[in-house]
Amino acid sequence: MGDGTVGIVEMVRWLELFQSEIAAHRAWLTDLDSAIGDADHGANMDRGMTAVGAKLAAGAPGTFGDLFKSVGMTLVTSVGGASGPLYGTFFMRLGMAQGAAAEVDAAGLGAALRAGLGGVVARGKAELGDKTMVDAMTPALEAYEAAVANGAGAGAAARAAASAAKAGRDATVPLVARKGRASYLGERSAGHMDPGSASTLLLFESLAEAIAEE
Amino acid sequence: MKKLINGVDDVVTEALVGIAAAHPELRIDLANRIVYRGDAPKAGKVGLISGGGSGHEPLHGGFVGRGMLDAACAGAVFTSPTPDQMLEATKNVDAGAGVLHIVKNYTGDIMNFEMAAEMAAAESGATVETVVVDDDVAVQDSLYTAGRRGVGLTVLLEKITGAAAEAGRDLAATADVAKKVNAGGRSMGMALTSCVVPAAGKPTFDLPADEMEIGIGIHGEPGRRRVPLAPAREIAAMLVEPILADLDFTGGPVIAMLNGMGGSPLLELYLMYGEVKAILDKAGVTVARSLVGNYITSLDMAGCSVTLLKADADLLSLWDAPVSTPGLRWGV
Repeated sequence: MGDGTVGIVEMVRWLELFQSEIAAHRAWLTDLDSAIGDADHGANMDRGMTAVGAKLAAGAPGTFGDLFKSVGMTLVTSVGGASGPLYGTFFMRLGMAQGAAAEVDAAGLGAALRAGLGGVVARGKAELGDKTMVDAMTPALEAYEAAVANGAGAGAAARAAASAAKAGRDATVPLVARKGRASYLGERSAGHMDPGSASTLLLFESLAEAIAEE
Repeated sequence: MKKLINGVDDVVTEALVGIAAAHPELRIDLANRIVYRGDAPKAGKVGLISGGGSGHEPLHGGFVGRGMLDAACAGAVFTSPTPDQMLEATKNVDAGAGVLHIVKNYTGDIMNFEMAAEMAAAESGATVETVVVDDDVAVQDSLYTAGRRGVGLTVLLEKITGAAAEAGRDLAATADVAKKVNAGGRSMGMALTSCVVPAAGKPTFDLPADEMEIGIGIHGEPGRRRVPLAPAREIAAMLVEPILADLDFTGGPVIAMLNGMGGSPLLELYLMYGEVKAILDKAGVTVARSLVGNYITSLDMAGCSVTLLKADADLLSLWDAPVSTPGLRWGV
């Protein structure tokens, strides 16, 4: 669009890019998960995003609310594990925040992403530093909002979010997990990257690429 | 790693096809991956649902039938089933007396069952109660973790609670029995080898030939500590002692389970039970009932777990009540 707004076309492109990023990193995500979890994160996310892709191929709904409710429900019903409810709730809340809109500005997208993060925290009850996806998503949102406050468009803000997500993801490595299956390892979870934070970085990198021009 | 499979994506569904073929007394919904009792819903009876990731067979689908579960939802291997499955099962076993969800304490299972209960409340009028099983003493620091895992006790809880529902107890009373079992039961497991998840095709973790993992979970998630391989007698002590240190099992009858993780022969499981029983005798613990075999497994992992449950007269009589499922069958 290039007019500073983000519409359904860009959002669908985001989801398609996220799908291909997940597929490309499927084995890596599963490897990360075998170190401190149960060796299924890549396979589960790939199954979920493949289902989302098939749904989108059949035609995307026209509003944020309808699009992301469909994406969220598809993930909830196809992923299982903890990732299904967490990513599913993220997209459903994101959609609810901009229900009837067909396009949003940079701040509107930020509000929707913030609502998504709120859903993840409510569902998973994780706090910053628990070695979960929240550790990548929280700094990503803070960077996005700071960029928008400084006058950045959605594309530049999303790039800032992606780079903050990367730092957040990398910062999970030394942490001791306090949520999810990795928490059972105690100190032994330190030294490994959290798989959920790794897929969260892919989510924000895909967003940055999808709306690069906005 | 060699597996008896066609394709990794079809393992769970094709296993359900096999269960349907072997057990015509059950009803299998392949699309939703739900195993039902053939006669569910049973008028006036509380419906019992459990579910979880696949790979723990016979848990949960093998415990569906008279005197135990009404339905079991199968997830992908080691992955919780999804809320739509539990919602569908809840609607189909609700005979007006309410439905009890039996959930093992894992982050994913808790969230998916929670969403299912929210959806059931919104969509159908079903009254749903939830009981969470968290019996694994290997998880010491439960304040700073996702809490104790649900492991071996789940088998005993599904049997005993199933008998309570079969006897016509109402939802609150049935849930009370389940909570009493959870409060009085503890488990501890160990592994000699890792399991191999079909989709991964290789061991989930590396365990050298001369080491074992103590405090293992049932998903190949590593345990608390890795120690040199030891004789069965010493392994039995490493499993029983933390259980007895966590809860006093003297002064009343106990139900004991020696469970195989899927890759250890019954010969070794019985040998282990002999060692466990000797330790319990010495510690003054009276075993009133015992169960030895593969009941809650971790695919092809070699190893075992011990579960102890304090059982009063009521729990013992519920344990002895008839049960007719693929995985447990007596008194019929």
